[in-house]
Amino acid sequence: MNLHEYQARALLKQAGIPVPDGDVAETPAQVEAIARRLGGPVVVKAQVHAGGRGKAGGVKLAKDPAEAAAVAGKILALTIKGLPVRKVLVAPAADIASESYVGIILDRESQRPVFMVSAAGGVDIEEVAAKTPEKIVRLAVDPRYGLLPHQAATLAFALYRDLKQVRAAARIMEQLYGAFMANGASLAEINPLVTTPAGEVLALDAKVVLDDNELERRPDLAGLRDATAEDPSEVRAREAGLTFIKLDGNVGCVVNGAGLAMATMDLVKYYGGDPANFLDIGGSSNPEKVVNALRIITQDPNVKAILFNIFGGITRTDDVANGIVAATKQFPVPVPIVIRLTGTNEREAVKILEAVGMTALNDMDDAVQKVVALVKEAA
Amino acid sequence: MSIFIDNGTRLVVQGITGRDGSFHAKQMLEYGTQVVAGVTPGKGGQAFEGRVPVFDTVAEAVRATGANTSVIYVPPMLAAGAIYEAADAGIPFIVCITEGIPVLDMTRVMPYLQERGARLLGPNCPGLISPGQSKVGIIPGNICAPGRIGLVSRSGTLTYEVVNQLTRNGLGQSTCVGIGGDPIIGTNFIDCLAAFQADPATDAIVMIGEIGGTDEQKAAAWVKAHLTKPVVGFIAGQTAPPGRRMGHAGAIISGSSGTAAEKMAAFESAGIAVMKRPAEVVSLLQARL
Repeated sequence: MNLHEYQARALLKQAGIPVPDGDVAETPAQVEAIARRLGGPVVVKAQVHAGGRGKAGGVKLAKDPAEAAAVAGKILALTIKGLPVRKVLVAPAADIASESYVGIILDRESQRPVFMVSAAGGVDIEEVAAKTPEKIVRLAVDPRYGLLPHQAATLAFALYRDLKQVRAAARIMEQLYGAFMANGASLAEINPLVTTPAGEVLALDAKVVLDDNELERRPDLAGLRDATAEDPSEVRAREAGLTFIKLDGNVGCVVNGAGLAMATMDLVKYYGGDPANFLDIGGSSNPEKVVNALRIITQDPNVKAILFNIFGGITRTDDVANGIVAATKQFPVPVPIVIRLTGTNEREAVKILEAVGMTALNDMDDAVQKVVALVKEAA
Repeated sequence: MSIFIDNGTRLVVQGITGRDGSFHAKQMLEYGTQVVAGVTPGKGGQAFEGRVPVFDTVAEAVRATGANTSVIYVPPMLAAGAIYEAADAGIPFIVCITEGIPVLDMTRVMPYLQERGARLLGPNCPGLISPGQSKVGIIPGNICAPGRIGLVSRSGTLTYEVVNQLTRNGLGQSTCVGIGGDPIIGTNFIDCLAAFQADPATDAIVMIGEIGGTDEQKAAAWVKAHLTKPVVGFIAGQTAPPGRRMGHAGAIISGSSGTAAEKMAAFESAGIAVMKRPAEVVSLLQARL
């Protein structure tokens, strides 16, 4: 789960990391009040789950409260990568002497939290990693012992020479590691970590991604989810216990299992079609899940046909068939449905479908070719 | 022969009285797996299906039955604890089916297992099956057949799709292994490839990967350097958008890394025959046997 910058800053602040004052707002009037309280020039930043906010016009400087309100009005009217901006962060425009990068990721290869720090901060760290990997210092932490003092110092010395700044940075490394572990993060990053002309070390921008699997035991963190910042169809799907990702195509896909769902989308593309979504109904075979899946997909006006690809194992194909029949009784499905099912209780499933005049295919390639042909006819 | 499990596998089921555990324990018994014990704290002394003794702890189950493999069907917040318990009881091969274990739990589990020399398969995996010998996990037994193809996959139902193609076309399997879709897993592609290379009952290998991470790329390099048996591969997620978690916690393209194109290129440069669609597995294998 991605956190907004203002939420990430709050977690870092809680851990004791020096973060400049600032506040979140939803209207220009609120922005003006915050800017007045902060005094001096401010930066107004769009709070959306999308990269490239700056390039999209979502980050602006303002010299006084009136200008802050004016730029906030513009930013709050923006839609960045399909996501409407509903909140902005207002923070003092800091004087910057140097910019560094500090991040922790959960590294799949070493199976440990890994620090990445670089004196080349304030820019896209992926670009630094690709072009000048020697400018990034990496350090894996053994979670049994935590970040050891000499490790924190090593990371800090990679950024600064001034001993006061080194000490301050080492402390920030320890605090960031603490916040990473305490909140079940899979990424925590400060970019940039700056020094001011007065020599202070400050975290200017923060990004935190939480492991979705932590949320079950951490209702406090689950409460940070901002449903207004996501696609409404994805929010409805999550509430219905489905894994759904909206795409731009016109072939709606309902599949059991994530790997098969991806392979189904790929096969749609292979045969010249364009998938409208990723949807995994999961391992259980509750007919209600199928009803919800169809409801969400039929609400997408781009969808011209729907493909079911079900390989019954734990999932009983007759449950899926019952779900399809139930859905068509509850609401209109205005586009053709192509059904492929095989495996557990396949014979019963075919009977259920045939009783209402529907048919089922047995082969995945046949079904995908058929649904792609239907979409081309409709066009 | 086969890899990891065979006729000598003596299985203890952790969470045998739960909804998922009891359903799959029954399926494994029906398949012919030697399910010698179950564990549910507080239910020690009962008998599952009238014939499998249930114990309060894994250690008791091992002492009483000589179990040498464990399979875990407990809720995600208890699963790390169940893995620790199995390793502490001296079980050398632990299969964890549970999906949704916090990744930070796994960073602590892994060194614990390494210190005790235990192998973990999963978590968030369908388990494995050596057709005709033993099944541990949830892979449907009826779609598999004994034979000489080894299969290793990050997926569940996509594995069934491919296995079904193999079986229908007379290509039986030595062992089918699902390594799981999480970012941190106990057994990776290379572990399985090495085991298949050493297994005299395996003639060729099918490898099913997906977007996210670099495990497939590393496996491709290993294939090039060490593997003498033919390998056929598939990568799911060519149409997946970057930055989105595609169902599996580990199936995510970060920036420009972990894409299907990158993995398929790595396969090709290692001499692995790449399937453009799952059904191609049969013709590609037949051409190489």
